[in-house]
Amino acid sequence: MKRVLISGEPISAEVALAGLSDLGGGAVSSFTGISRDDGGVTAIELEHYPGMTELSLMRLIDEAFGRWALLGAAIVHRIGRVAVGEPVVVVGAASRHRADALEATAFLIDRLKTDAPFWKKEHYADGTSVWVDAKSSDDDRSSRWA
Amino acid sequence: MRLVYFAAVREAIGVASETCDLPAHVRNIHDAIDWLAGQSSGHALAFQDKSRLRFALDQDMVPLDAMLGDAHELAIFPPVTGG
Repeated sequence: MKRVLISGEPISAEVALAGLSDLGGGAVSSFTGISRDDGGVTAIELEHYPGMTELSLMRLIDEAFGRWALLGAAIVHRIGRVAVGEPVVVVGAASRHRADALEATAFLIDRLKTDAPFWKKEHYADGTSVWVDAKSSDDDRSSRWA
Repeated sequence: MRLVYFAAVREAIGVASETCDLPAHVRNIHDAIDWLAGQSSGHALAFQDKSRLRFALDQDMVPLDAMLGDAHELAIFPPVTGG
């Protein structure tokens, strides 16, 4: 099972991961990224590149299937305005044994951060907003999977 | 060629996409950026620091020296920040 979904509506881990536990494996691992209050941020806004986003996420899942013994994987990502406290992204993987699902989950979120065409803007309580800069720590985490 | 812009690049230029007939001497993305930077003050602002730009040709990430070839769509955007 391979699932990629870009959603303009609120997402939940439960819906994003639905079915991963029914694939006959002994392990489901997941990561949920949540919109965070970084110094007065009230909401974030996510822009994406329609078409390329879905392609790049499915390519990451295909690569994960090539590297680990997976039974299923899912990536669900919000776009548009996301209030602080709401999920931005859910990544999950299912496998027979835990190591494959755990490593694939880390791979998927690390590489999503550097490879998938999303851009994040932070909105502040005073009405201002600013585009978020890419972090070199994200590049470091992503490159360890090279 | 269809050009598409995202995030701060889109805001600086003021449009999300445009179609341009690139001159014959424009062979790679580097050439295209240099030519596009002369099209308006917004383009110049968006493209002033190539090290802070990323590119996709027909929805595939490529480096600055990639040849345009017969690609239909060039996307220009800041480093991605999803997740």
